Amino acid sequence: MAKIANHLNRGATAVSDWVNERAGVGEFYKKHISEYYAPKNFNLWYFFGSLSLLVLVNQLLTGIFLTMHYKPDAELAFASVEYIMRDVQWGWLIRYMHSTGASLFFVVVYLHMLRALMYGSYQKPRELVWILGVTIFLVLMAESFMGYVLPWGQMSYWGAQVIISLFGAVPVLGPDLVEWIRGDYFVADATLNRFFALHVVALPLVLLALVVLHLAALHEVGSNNPDGVDIKANKDEAGRPRDGIPFHPYYTVKDIFGAAFFLLIAAFIIFFWPEFGGYFLKPDNFVEANPLVTPDHIPPVWYFTPFYAILQAVPDKLMGVVLMGAAVLIFYLVPWLDRSPVRSIRYRGWMSKFMLALFCLAFVRLGMLGLSQESSTFELRLWTFVYFAFFILMPIWTSIEKTKPVPERVTH
Amino acid sequence: MSETESVDSLQKPADPSRRRLLTAATGVLGAAGVAAAAWPFVSTLQPSARARIVGAPVEVFIGNLEPGQLARVQWRGSTIGIMRRTDRMLSQLEGLNARLRDPDSDNANQQPPYAQNLYRSIRPEILVLNIHCTHLGCVPQVLPEVGPQPFDANWRGGFFCPCHRSTFDLAGRVFSGVPAIANLLVPPHSFIDDDHVIIGVDPEGAA
Repeated sequence: MAKIANHLNRGATAVSDWVNERAGVGEFYKKHISEYYAPKNFNLWYFFGSLSLLVLVNQLLTGIFLTMHYKPDAELAFASVEYIMRDVQWGWLIRYMHSTGASLFFVVVYLHMLRALMYGSYQKPRELVWILGVTIFLVLMAESFMGYVLPWGQMSYWGAQVIISLFGAVPVLGPDLVEWIRGDYFVADATLNRFFALHVVALPLVLLALVVLHLAALHEVGSNNPDGVDIKANKDEAGRPRDGIPFHPYYTVKDIFGAAFFLLIAAFIIFFWPEFGGYFLKPDNFVEANPLVTPDHIPPVWYFTPFYAILQAVPDKLMGVVLMGAAVLIFYLVPWLDRSPVRSIRYRGWMSKFMLALFCLAFVRLGMLGLSQESSTFELRLWTFVYFAFFILMPIWTSIEKTKPVPERVTH
Repeated sequence: MSETESVDSLQKPADPSRRRLLTAATGVLGAAGVAAAAWPFVSTLQPSARARIVGAPVEVFIGNLEPGQLARVQWRGSTIGIMRRTDRMLSQLEGLNARLRDPDSDNANQQPPYAQNLYRSIRPEILVLNIHCTHLGCVPQVLPEVGPQPFDANWRGGFFCPCHRSTFDLAGRVFSGVPAIANLLVPPHSFIDDDHVIIGVDPEGAA
């Protein structure tokens, strides 16, 4: 018996060696997991990166299974989603995991971005990590918008109508561009069919590639931490950062704990509150798309409402679209707008704290205003102004404020 | 002798300008190839032949349209409203100019030349209008009565878009200070006889 086990063991080792010599899997595992030294002072905010990855896997997995039953056809799409919900065994669970997952994706991504803003994780040398991250955010917005169109309910249809019309604001080319995007003279079967292709094949491929690059860039320069201290500046005799701990087992265990906690909340929403009071799935989207009847009110899903509010604040179509686009693209400039000599908010002055808090307030308030039809134009403009002031004035307050001394080593 | 010569030519340093030319020529040719290969992919996204045929003109019977009534038909997926306006409605159009963004329909994209007049129509009473809001394509509500409205205390009758509160008068002219910046679109149309209008065909002789 022991002899057989011994033979099997030696065989397994031989196979793994054989693969390793040809693919370098072991090197990869060392570089990114077992010998990737991350700062030992990660706090709660550092859960949201790995949680984004978890939600991405959830979206891919549930998405593949939804594709097996969904029909990307204007005549059949709505009924096929109802079929998934009612007749496919456990179909309702897969669908709600996917639709709730989309909203939770934005929850964790927004918190992940806030973490970066708090601890200056975009500062040199992590500019590229940030740029790739903002690009992931952009692609994610396109991906979720197209996914929202697929059930072909009233909100899907009219949301698509509104968003595609935004491209009509482009001077000269606008009308032709809109026709080219829709593939018809109105939002039609052709539009649904191409959105399906982009949603399930093209954009997920782009998203995966970007995530790989985001992580590769991060692992090249190393993770930031709540103190903003460069742990690579202080290494032991073996060349390991004194304030670093290997990702595995320390952070794998921590992230699994975070994942379990997150899944508990996610499961509660999926099982008991999947529409989330109309915020995750709108009641109007349980009515089939009808080009002849515009719903009284067409608000976007909650995660787009801050940007939508900015669009509404401007009484000119082109300027509104430009400003809305700028609201997203301006994130790219943050590494160069921030002139502060310190990274973390812990060692910055009151101005950084105040401005970041004000920005968060503006973002949340714009999100609330964008949901409503009756928002006052004055308030829309006020918060839009605050939103942009955060970015445009950043070079000023970050350079004039008094910062505190940053410690040599990380604290807890 | 000839052997030494060939060896000499091999040892001559490469001419960088020739290499640059070759690289550039290859690059240009490659780019042209990529553009040519991309063309069919980009073109597949255009409306197909079938979509173009479905977008053919639509003939509508208006003989039973009551004064003040609005009929809705579909043309190229847009909702086209055909309204028989009363004399009172037509009189409501006057005196609004100061509150309108484009009172004289100067924006030539929003109507064919034969509808560039006060009523924005061929026959004053028959209004043919693409009633998708020029802001973001919602279908506005028709509120023809004169009287105060929550969005306008001095409402003179017209169209109100519930999406972003754009307002238009009963000729589809946009008011100032709303998100929409263009008058509602008048589609190409013409009359076959007194009771039939065809949408998608200009009147004979008109461009």
